[in-house]
Amino acid sequence: MNLRPDLALIAEHVVPGSRALDIGCGDGDLMAVLRKAHVDVRGLELDPANVALAVARGLSVVQGDADADLAYYPDDAFDYAILSQTLQTARRPDQVLAELLRIGRRAFVSFPNFAYWRVRWGLMWGGRMPVTKALPVSWYETQDIHHLTIDDFRALVAESGIRVEDAWFLRGSKRIGTAAANLLAEHAVFLLKRD
Amino acid sequence: MATLAASTDQRFGLARHVRLPGAFALDGGATLDGIEIAYETYGTLDADKGNAVLICHALTGDQHVASIHPRTGKPGWWTRMVGAGKPIDPARHFIICANVLGSCMGSSGPATIDPKTGQPYAMAFPVITLRDMARAQALLLDHLEVPVLAAAVGGSMGGMQVLEWAATFPRRVRSAVVIASAARHSAQNIAFHEVGRQAIMADPNWQRGDYYGTGAAPAAGLAVARMAAHITYLSEAAMHDKFGRKLQDRGQVGFGFDADFQVESYLRHQGISFVDRFDANSYLYITRAMDYFDLAQEHGGRLANAFRGSATRFCIASFDTDWLYPTSESRAIVHALNAAGCAVSFVELTAPFGHDSFLLEVPELFGMIDGFLRAGAP
Repeated sequence: MNLRPDLALIAEHVVPGSRALDIGCGDGDLMAVLRKAHVDVRGLELDPANVALAVARGLSVVQGDADADLAYYPDDAFDYAILSQTLQTARRPDQVLAELLRIGRRAFVSFPNFAYWRVRWGLMWGGRMPVTKALPVSWYETQDIHHLTIDDFRALVAESGIRVEDAWFLRGSKRIGTAAANLLAEHAVFLLKRD
Repeated sequence: MATLAASTDQRFGLARHVRLPGAFALDGGATLDGIEIAYETYGTLDADKGNAVLICHALTGDQHVASIHPRTGKPGWWTRMVGAGKPIDPARHFIICANVLGSCMGSSGPATIDPKTGQPYAMAFPVITLRDMARAQALLLDHLEVPVLAAAVGGSMGGMQVLEWAATFPRRVRSAVVIASAARHSAQNIAFHEVGRQAIMADPNWQRGDYYGTGAAPAAGLAVARMAAHITYLSEAAMHDKFGRKLQDRGQVGFGFDADFQVESYLRHQGISFVDRFDANSYLYITRAMDYFDLAQEHGGRLANAFRGSATRFCIASFDTDWLYPTSESRAIVHALNAAGCAVSFVELTAPFGHDSFLLEVPELFGMIDGFLRAGAP
């Protein structure tokens, strides 16, 4: 199976034998890989067709909404809470982050970087909301309601007293360095921990 | 995979019946001196006895889940789910379906003869609960020497029994499938059932329940009960699509009280055909059992307590047009299972048929249940 680059990165770093909750798990690609690594993995997904597909693959997935339903999971229920490319669709990303680190001891968060140079370029010179590989949908039909940059994210976690344990930056499927990531990375993946 | 041939064991097969001796203590405090259970099995039990699936039927269902019904001549009520190539397949599963305690298709109920009097129990039959039904099924499994269920599966009241199974016998159920159901009966659910019960008890032929052998049964009351219930099983949109305001065999309204509208004649037909296959007193007892059902209350007021420490995998499904057991009821179960740390899957499926969707053609439901059961197979 060809995992999306940010998911492949996450899959590499989840410790086998742990418990994980994949929030916005789609039809379960990451979950299927984690299950092979003997991770006790559960999913939460908004789209019922995706849930039905994931359950038909034998995965434990609940149809629900990260904004509303994380509250029903108990404290420390998981070793990892995983939120891939969903933060920018949350009504209150700050509250979702707090929930992630309440129910999980660690959290993986991946998101498209709105400060990526192509995005800046499009906005600067085209004067229009950019459509890129990482942000593929026009402004009026995207589910993203809170665009953010890598620096925005770093500021939010610092204010929230959350520790960044690790971070990875991607352009397409290629890993790039930390230097100037806010300008050069299309995608970011953070591993967070309660401080 | 070694299998026991069904034909070598008279306990297995269609149209089976067993009397399970001994005192059967009920939640309500009464005791039955032995109970009878009518049941069917399909497929063969593996040598390791690991492939048993219990199917729990709804209020007016019965053990004929995939065989011809002896009274109506119609195919079983869940042939979409159970059969060759279906999610529950006798080629893979040993399928058990029993008539619930209190019903009228061969299990102990109000029409059964009370050994103390030699007469039918009628209203002297003790009031039963959903947990009593599950306990009776557990005794049947003991009789069949099935220690653990690969899965318990049910829709509507069947789903409530599955929840009782998971809560009461957590180590005997590896997987639980609960479709279009709830962990408690709401005030609205109870209200609709009360309408049905009052219709039956207002029928002069009901005779305080002692109508057996009198040549008169509360057929009109039972038919009205069924008509009212049937409305709750459909969605407004499905009714509109099927009937609208179309007239029955006439060009204009008759200015009288015959069935002018197709929907009236449809409901009358549903009511009348129901009385040929169901006992009015059983309807009273089973609706009462459903009304009393409140799994949280049975576990200290917190639903999560019912499932704490359970290793059972759960699959919960609801339908977006079901207003009798709406998705919010399924979500309450899911949240409790999450809080208890159980492995749970849940989806609200889109289907036009209302509550009845669990019995009708919803391909996504079958794909989901199939995948869920296969993933749980050892």
